[in-house]
Amino acid sequence: MTTTESSLEAFRQELSEWLKTSCPASILKGADAKPSKADHEAWLAAVAERGYTTPNWPKEYGGGGLSKEETKVLQQEVARAASYMPIVSFFGTAMLGPVLLEFGNEEQKLEHLPKIARGEINWCQGYSEPGSGSDLASLQTRAVREGDQFLINGSKIWTTGANHADWIFCLVRTDTDVPKHDGISFILFDLHQPGVTISPIQLISGQSDFCQVFFEDVKAEARNLVGPLNGGWTIAKRLLQHERQMLSAAPASGDDATSRPKKGASTKPKAPKSALAETARGYLGDQNERLAEPALRDRIAQYELDSLCFGLTLKRSGQQAKAGQGPGAATSMFKLYASELNKRRSEILMSVRGTDGLGWSGDTYTPIDLMETRGWLRSKGNSIEGGTSEVQLNVIAKRVLGLPD
Amino acid sequence: MSLVLTEEQELLKETAAEFLREHAPVTHLREFRDREDAVGFSRKLWKEMAALGWAGIPFEETFGGAELGMAELGVVLEECGRNLAPYPFLSTVVMGGGVVAAGGTDAQKQAILPGVCEGETILALAFQETGRFSPYAISTKAEAGSDGFKLSGEKVFVLDGHVADHLIVAARTSGTAGERDGLTLFLVDPSGEGCEVIRTNTIDSRNTARVRLSGVAVETSAVLGEIGAGADLLDLAFDRATVAVSAELVGISTEVFERTVTYLKTREQFGVLIGTFQALKHRAAEMFCEVELSQAVVLDALRALDEDRPGASRLASAAKARCSDAASLVTCEGLQMHGGIGMTDEEEIGLFLKRAKVAELTLGDAAYHRDRFAQLTGF
Repeated sequence: MTTTESSLEAFRQELSEWLKTSCPASILKGADAKPSKADHEAWLAAVAERGYTTPNWPKEYGGGGLSKEETKVLQQEVARAASYMPIVSFFGTAMLGPVLLEFGNEEQKLEHLPKIARGEINWCQGYSEPGSGSDLASLQTRAVREGDQFLINGSKIWTTGANHADWIFCLVRTDTDVPKHDGISFILFDLHQPGVTISPIQLISGQSDFCQVFFEDVKAEARNLVGPLNGGWTIAKRLLQHERQMLSAAPASGDDATSRPKKGASTKPKAPKSALAETARGYLGDQNERLAEPALRDRIAQYELDSLCFGLTLKRSGQQAKAGQGPGAATSMFKLYASELNKRRSEILMSVRGTDGLGWSGDTYTPIDLMETRGWLRSKGNSIEGGTSEVQLNVIAKRVLGLPD
Repeated sequence: MSLVLTEEQELLKETAAEFLREHAPVTHLREFRDREDAVGFSRKLWKEMAALGWAGIPFEETFGGAELGMAELGVVLEECGRNLAPYPFLSTVVMGGGVVAAGGTDAQKQAILPGVCEGETILALAFQETGRFSPYAISTKAEAGSDGFKLSGEKVFVLDGHVADHLIVAARTSGTAGERDGLTLFLVDPSGEGCEVIRTNTIDSRNTARVRLSGVAVETSAVLGEIGAGADLLDLAFDRATVAVSAELVGISTEVFERTVTYLKTREQFGVLIGTFQALKHRAAEMFCEVELSQAVVLDALRALDEDRPGASRLASAAKARCSDAASLVTCEGLQMHGGIGMTDEEEIGLFLKRAKVAELTLGDAAYHRDRFAQLTGF
């Protein structure tokens, strides 16, 4: 055993002890009782205390200070002992946090990162505006310096979870006399103040996870300007890369065959399964040991196959990326492909379920059917939010292929 | 398991790219086509490739091989795809050599594999009888006699069959066409009595053959592997060749994609570079995604075969389906974006399109492999 291996083993042991004392009984694997709200909170507090909600962040900023290998061990041990790992909002952990680590000053890191890690502050993202969707850099929300503050006026739209958020990271125009990309700043401010109005937007799916937010003489402290004044576009783009990377986590592809067998598991290989095909079987049945409808079966096969290849592409890209480098331009392909795949999956599910999938509400439809149908409607937004598929194609053409403007 | 090339594999890739660019670029294929060469490739150059160790990549050192795997063969085949190098890797190294190494007796291996590794011996696996690939649709009969078998039937699309020193014929010792059981492989001398090899010219300017067997007598020692269990060897050969041809397709897609992007950056119309048009940009970006997906799945499928991983067959089908579709898209779009010049024989895009179509239909197209992938995924 090498030193690294033995220290990892010691870490595993230590984690195992910690889990025994820190994880509430109702959250341990195989517990009978349903965890109470207090149990959830205790579990989150225990995990946050060690910085494990953001295991890779440095300890001084509320992170766990763990290496990649240690993080893996942490995930394995928690998965082994507990029914779930508490998570805090990804707006803070996966989007704002990484750019603060890269672009924030020491004071900003010390003030904001620990609160993100502990889940104390809910963040939302102030990017799109009514007149600035795909052409994000044309944004008009103004920020004017007044003493130690900026005064903010304008409106943001498609702000996910703004009605539950405490703070916003926001793109604002701080110079109107320069090319559009050169007059944008990246600033943080509190939403709980006069002049902020938040209106949820009802979507075609009936859900209201997006809001429009209005600012009327809203105040932001100048010390919460991240990066240089008018230098916000670089930060904005980097944050989008983090966002797209997060949005492109591979969908379940039923690909058990490529995962490594667990120690001590039966040596008989488990046949890979497709969740989509299993659902389809329930509706269509089999004929000659194949799903009964050949055209639909082929669509499912195409979907599963593309999911598999996409998962391998993500894996390959991860292996190619040198440690310490930010996500590259290829992440645009991931967001594009993941959202198109999810839309395809939802369309196939609609075909499979037939008229059972047409219910909007009421108890003549099963809750699962209603949920899937709403999910299909919601999936239409996948290729719009976080940069439309067309914008992703533009980014690939420009940044990856180097095609001229 | 890593989807990134090792240092040795990177070196092999560079060597192959350099060698093929210098000795077997697309013009090389064109020369052989234009002079209607009887062989269709340079035997001398094949021996040089063998001297570099490529013909012996998967074989044991005892026979002169390099004892490497599909991962390394894939590296070379991808470069062959980029250059349309018409060399007998599939027929001789992957399929013919593959079944001899997996099912042959020591004597058979000793008699055949050293010649393969040296680039002297060409092999051809004669299995297919129908236009559309169907692995066990084999009617060719092998009738047992007192001192051997008599083979009768007709084979189509026998890769490199016109120059093979040994044919490996799949025939029925029992059962009927379509059944997996009852198949047996035989080593057949193509110059033997009753064996007629007819060269066929295909669109990719490579060579296949029809093989007519009219009561060809073979001795019992010509049986390769077990009598009646030939499908085990065929399946192995099909899986490996399926991934190998997918690797070649990745080479074709990557090359045509790169050439097309370059063209978009140099061709002017309406006073601007055509690469400024969004209609073309988006299609180029979509091609990029397809090529990326193809590369990833082929890398994994090659390694799955080397590791003998459960699910390797499913991955082989995933690779062939994905790479066939991607190559079809990229070659068709590549030709379209080259405009009128793309339709000319002089421009090389058309040669890539033709080879991609042949590779796509070799050992089952995307539809065939999606069906197989679905079956292996339990639906």
